[in-house]
Amino acid sequence: MKIIQLSIFLENTAGRLREVTGILSRAGINIRALSLAETADFGILRVIVSDAKQALEALRAAHFTVRETPILAVEVPDQPGGLHGLLEALAEAGMNIEYVYGFVEKRSDNAIIVIRVEEPDRAIAVLQAKGFIILGNREIGTL
Amino acid sequence: MYWNQQEECMPVELLRQRQLARLQKTVARVYERVPFYRQRMDAAGVKPADIRSLDDLRLLPFTTKNDMREGYPFGLFAVSLDEVVRIHSSSGTTGKPVVAGYTRADVVLWANVMARTFVCGEVTSRDILQVAYGYGLFTGGLGAHYGAELIGATVIPMSGGNNKRQIMLMQDFGTTALACTPSYALALAEEAAAMGVDTRQLKLRVGFFGAEPWPEDMRKAIEQRLNLKAIDIYGLTEIIGPGVGSECMEQNGLHLFEDHFFPEIINPDTGEVLPDGERGELVFTCLTKEAFPLLRFRTRDITRLIPGACPCGRTFRRMEKVSDRTDDMLIIRGVNVFPSQIETVLLAIEEAEPHFQIIVKREGPLDELEVLFEVDEQHFSDEVKRLQAIEQKVAREIETAIGLRATVRLVEPKTIERSMGKRKRVIDLRKEQKP
Repeated sequence: MKIIQLSIFLENTAGRLREVTGILSRAGINIRALSLAETADFGILRVIVSDAKQALEALRAAHFTVRETPILAVEVPDQPGGLHGLLEALAEAGMNIEYVYGFVEKRSDNAIIVIRVEEPDRAIAVLQAKGFIILGNREIGTL
Repeated sequence: MYWNQQEECMPVELLRQRQLARLQKTVARVYERVPFYRQRMDAAGVKPADIRSLDDLRLLPFTTKNDMREGYPFGLFAVSLDEVVRIHSSSGTTGKPVVAGYTRADVVLWANVMARTFVCGEVTSRDILQVAYGYGLFTGGLGAHYGAELIGATVIPMSGGNNKRQIMLMQDFGTTALACTPSYALALAEEAAAMGVDTRQLKLRVGFFGAEPWPEDMRKAIEQRLNLKAIDIYGLTEIIGPGVGSECMEQNGLHLFEDHFFPEIINPDTGEVLPDGERGELVFTCLTKEAFPLLRFRTRDITRLIPGACPCGRTFRRMEKVSDRTDDMLIIRGVNVFPSQIETVLLAIEEAEPHFQIIVKREGPLDELEVLFEVDEQHFSDEVKRLQAIEQKVAREIETAIGLRATVRLVEPKTIERSMGKRKRVIDLRKEQKP
């Protein structure tokens, strides 16, 4: 149930992000979710796309440093406390989150929370035991 | 294995006699034919007849890169253009380029010293040698080409660039020997990796790398990534091009082909000649060249001559791998810094690629040192803290190595321009800024 997120190294220079979106756009790839972590001199763009393999190839061909990172996409109710419940469940299991970002699902009343943890398999087991729905690549692709 | 055993293993005493005879002849010749040298020698109060021993060489004035510029283009030639069959030139980073002329005999000499070079790496007529040095005015391509052809090796005159095709031909033609700059060798290794080519499946056995300084760790990286033995070769346009000296299979110092190019090591500040074994600036005198024979040319390369005999049997003295040039030396906040020190640090850090650029600028009254380096794709992490940890590690190691705090910055791969020829490793903005 892990989903492949692409992590792209970007120098903090004008227009660099636009180059990435340009490449994805020309390759006909849809961005499902994204988050940008930045420091003074570089950034890491994290994206979940409709076709990770194709996006990876297109970006590598343009000499970007890209890495595939397994992440979890978890459905939570789109209401106060939705994210909190998820974090509680992980905290109870003693699991640390590397980073998290989220987006609202269009077709339902749910939000999708993307989390990166050290032990994704254990996190899946913990969350499923608590009744959380974890999305697979196909579901992400059809959102 | 030798190209010409009699010459390369000549007893030292005989070699010195031959060098002296050739030196006397060359000094007399340039005094007679090159007004520049006649004026210089007259000013120094020395006549060709004063050269009675090899030690008397120190009576002669030095020739510098600046003299080349003043003599541009043909002022230092000892023959008329009638006799010159070839011109090469090195890119002038400041002012005019250096122009070297070759007579027919010079071209033959050059092919011979390059044949010696390749045979130092045990190249034979059965080898397939891919020349990825640039062809053209640069001496690398044609120098390597003629030497390899003289041995009878099968030469692939690829020149630089077109990385994919370089790798493809290595696969298809079964290239066994490669000649290019060391930084280009790394670029080719990178290309092979990007193409998914396992270099262990290639037939590459030996590589001849020169035209820029490269530290020992870079040799390890090249040998491992291209799966070949990396031989350091040495040369410069002013003397002949590549073919001035080469490592043998011992890889312990470069034999200087001193029956043609006589080496001295001097103190770069005083000009005093230093005994063998001491480190200083390398100086060459051409003993046999016809068109463009330089006397006591200051190379600006820093090295030392290694005392003792080499197990390979060659009697030519060896010099230590050149790591620095007198003009590469940066003075940052009063500290002498050589780019090779930064390179050594990066090569020792697994997470960093040895591609780097140094930027020196002045912020207020202080010099600022900035080092840009590329992240190794295998070690690229999508967590900011890990990448920052790599930056901090590099900064710490640089501070340990040179005693200066540097701002280090990760950059995207291939950002640092990787030219076919030489890398621009240092950008000194202080020269452009007003003090």
